[in-house]
Amino acid sequence: MESSVIVFPGSNCDRDVAVALEKFQIRNQMIWHNEVSLPKCDLVVLPGGFSYGDYLRTGCIASKSKIINAIIEHGKKGGLILGICNGFQILIETELLPGTLLRNKKLKFLSKNVFLKVLNTDNNFCSNYKNKSIIELPIAHNEGNYFGSNDLIKNLEDNNLIAFKYCNGEGKIEKDSNPNGSSNNIAGILNEKKNILGMMPHPERLIDPLLSGEDGSILFTSLLKS
Amino acid sequence: MKISVTVTLKKDVLDPQGKVVKQTLKNMGHQNIENVRQGKYFEIELNENDKMKAEKIIEEISKKLLTNTVIEDYAINYK
Amino acid sequence: MKITSEIIEKHGINSDEYKKIINLIGRKPNFLELGIFSAMWNEHCSYKSSKKYLRTLPTKNSKVIQGPGENAGVVDIEDNDALVFKIESHNHPSFIEPYQGAATGIGGILRDVFTMGARPIATLNSIHFGTPSHPKTKNLLSGVVSGIGGYGNCMGIPTIGGEVKFDSSYNENILVNAMAVGLVKKNKIFYSKAEGINKSVIYVGSKTGRDGIHGASMASAEFDDDADEKKPTVQVGDPFTEKLLLEACLELMKDNSIISIQDMGAAGLTSSSVEMASKGNLGIDINLNNIPCREEKMTPYEMMLSESQERMLLILNSGKEENAKKIFTKWGLDFSVIGKTTNTKNLVLNFNGKKVADLPLNSLSKDAPLYDRKWKKNLNSKKTNPPKNYQNKKLYESLKKILMSPNNSEKSWVWEQYDQTVMGDSIQKPGGNAGVIRVHGKNKGVALTVDSSSHYCLANPIIGGKQVVCEAWRNLIAVGSYPIAITNCLNFGNPEKEKIMGQFVETIDGISQACTYLDFPVVSGNVSFYNETKNKAISPTPTIGGVGLIKNLNDMVTKNFKKLGNHILIIGKTLGHLYQSEFFREVLDFKKGPPPEINLFNEKNNGLSVLNLISKKLVKSVHDVSSGGILVALSEMCITSNIGATISLPRNNITLHEYLFGEDQSRYIIEVNEKNIEEVSKILKNNSIYFEKIGNTQQDYLEVKNEFKASLNELRELHKYWFNNYFKENI
Repeated sequence: MESSVIVFPGSNCDRDVAVALEKFQIRNQMIWHNEVSLPKCDLVVLPGGFSYGDYLRTGCIASKSKIINAIIEHGKKGGLILGICNGFQILIETELLPGTLLRNKKLKFLSKNVFLKVLNTDNNFCSNYKNKSIIELPIAHNEGNYFGSNDLIKNLEDNNLIAFKYCNGEGKIEKDSNPNGSSNNIAGILNEKKNILGMMPHPERLIDPLLSGEDGSILFTSLLKS
Repeated sequence: MKISVTVTLKKDVLDPQGKVVKQTLKNMGHQNIENVRQGKYFEIELNENDKMKAEKIIEEISKKLLTNTVIEDYAINYK
Repeated sequence: MKITSEIIEKHGINSDEYKKIINLIGRKPNFLELGIFSAMWNEHCSYKSSKKYLRTLPTKNSKVIQGPGENAGVVDIEDNDALVFKIESHNHPSFIEPYQGAATGIGGILRDVFTMGARPIATLNSIHFGTPSHPKTKNLLSGVVSGIGGYGNCMGIPTIGGEVKFDSSYNENILVNAMAVGLVKKNKIFYSKAEGINKSVIYVGSKTGRDGIHGASMASAEFDDDADEKKPTVQVGDPFTEKLLLEACLELMKDNSIISIQDMGAAGLTSSSVEMASKGNLGIDINLNNIPCREEKMTPYEMMLSESQERMLLILNSGKEENAKKIFTKWGLDFSVIGKTTNTKNLVLNFNGKKVADLPLNSLSKDAPLYDRKWKKNLNSKKTNPPKNYQNKKLYESLKKILMSPNNSEKSWVWEQYDQTVMGDSIQKPGGNAGVIRVHGKNKGVALTVDSSSHYCLANPIIGGKQVVCEAWRNLIAVGSYPIAITNCLNFGNPEKEKIMGQFVETIDGISQACTYLDFPVVSGNVSFYNETKNKAISPTPTIGGVGLIKNLNDMVTKNFKKLGNHILIIGKTLGHLYQSEFFREVLDFKKGPPPEINLFNEKNNGLSVLNLISKKLVKSVHDVSSGGILVALSEMCITSNIGATISLPRNNITLHEYLFGEDQSRYIIEVNEKNIEEVSKILKNNSIYFEKIGNTQQDYLEVKNEFKASLNELRELHKYWFNNYFKENI
């Protein structure tokens, strides 16, 4: 499998996700935002960080980059796209995913491990989570509060397009386990064709027992399998 | 009474956001954009019909809360 | 412009210093030159009050590659890796504008690290505020934490440790000390010394504005009633630009283009150009027309003294300009050739075709004033009568009060605002004895800590200075690392007052003694004087940032208990010293008396023995005993592990309170398996280490036999209570 990690000015987690991809034998190239075309690849990753400092609106300026058209084409052709944290924000600004990501409810940056329920394993990103549906991943963001109109949220729920929801240690999805106030505890969503996943938590940060967990590894092994 | 307050960075203060917005607009083809400064806009509805009293209140809240007087200025617009 | 005595005074130069300037340059300085002297000769840049004593600190050991005198210190961490680190203060700006003051403090210290070629891998911070009830504290606390997070998170560097302290002495003078650590290859370290004549001097980064003009002078002046009027000098940080600057610099550093590089921090272009040239014994000519300016009609004075952030000065090898310009342009940064090195040994500035300043570099650096300030020995607090009936205080109620106090409560409210795991190598996050970062791609790690104990220093500066170094050392040992070296941030009041200067001199003496004995030298740091308002000075606050090496991360330990039924031992003798303890201060509001003594022999012996046990994999968890004594240390071990403990106190001659809350130094709590207990006891006895078995781990409760039994859930709630309640948030 081959991947392209897009690097924007201000991206921080590009190296982290490249390390994860390579650990799981996915051949990867780093692509600068100013390129107009992508190399041949199966997966495009929009990494986390603070592209353009999060100025104006998070992900907004990056969504106007030269490389975005090529990414949109890649998605139209059914290629896989993974947006993590700031990458999710960029997918939203590009309108490859619907909805919006607002400021965390408590108006503060939040960095901690959270529990997630994996709700849709019928896609290339989450297939290996079939055997483990309650996982723990780190979040680190200021604007992770997923919001959409009632119709949009209903559509996501009815069509099973929500990949992850925040939950407690036993898998119960409730207000107390929602770190940022997102609608229906949404932590990650898929597009209709399920080839694009946007998620706030960072799977690339939990791929090592020394880092206190490997629930992130499962996402990468799922990708490799696909 | 409806009053709005615009809060902007003081003249000599660095505006990293404005700087990036300007550059992005230029990259989008708008070559004649010379400068962009980003600020905040507040719309306040006041239960006070006396204009003088309303002015005083808005001045006070602008200074005490809406504006970081170390690096920002404010301008009051009366509708 | 005519130089009046008022102008000279406003520039922070006294009449003797002015006479010295005239002597050195053979004439009166013009206004621009006066500004340059004012920046280079103030305390923050020249260290004129502190240099004499800083020179007495030990700065070398077998691991030190670069000691004080460069942008940061550098130590060897084996197989061609080196660690670059430094701590610095940004106190006065943070009091005036907490978010930007703290943010630009982080920005500045990060630049000090990556200017040496090191990719920053972690930051830590030590922040001190007035009492929580003081009207300014809440705003300052939330602004500073927000600012540190805002800058560090945007840069993508994990914040891995820190401390937050509250004390009335900081009511009008908060402290923000920021530490940065970076990783570099030993053979790829960059220095600031200029070399070669006629080499291009290049400015890269953000444009220059009117930010912070005379900020360095502000740091060297006390606040008075006009503190509000000093406001316009605070700079705004742009972490996005700094991230671009970091990547551009590291990209350029891949080859041998750079001869020397220096970031523009305090006193901006002035200090960076002067330092680069004078270190290399060269001169430097600058054409101010080539300075990229953000504002219109900037004067030479403004350009030279501006403290606009996110700028660097480079000297490149001939023929390398084209490639360097390409790199900086790619990253969207200004790149301008502003001058060249010369052999005149002077700083020569030109503007609009005219020479506007011409000063011998030595006059600005090597010949800057060096003072031997008068000082008097501290009146150390003596042992007085302890507060009456302290033994009547119930143990559990006292423990609760300490755990719920702002200084001792759990601080996740603070550190959850900092990204702790970006870069994917955070092995131990805030909340442990020390932060641990894995060296990328390898199985070794570096342990990092930052510590201070100002109330000990106030009571006795020599002991306080010794103690804080020992505490850093202990924290590093407790995670299984071998301590290597420290960086120090020395925060004091006005050194022109004998009492304050005495605190400084004696604190340095204490630090020196401990550093020498423990082979734990000072490789970098800074001094922040004039932390006083209306004659009220802060308590002497030396902040120590320590680094240690964990050769194999499999040998690392944490402080949470691992298994039920294991033995709990205390390494080191408990004498029961309660003066200056949290028990006396928080529970009884009794602040008199001396701090606990330091026995350096025991400190070293105990520490190395604990490290020995760790390396032999004989201990399951380790926690050093410090603030709050044994009972607080045990509580912390229980809360983090959700495994309790049952304690029976050994027979001794001291009271229960003295045993459980005493803050005697050089002690550790260790958890040992049944199968290892015999061997551990044998090793400790063979090394003449005093130790006591005090109990075992157990489920759900922390229990002191015959005294109290506390549920871990309750302890956890109490420990987390203070910050959430202060900011009125749901727990």
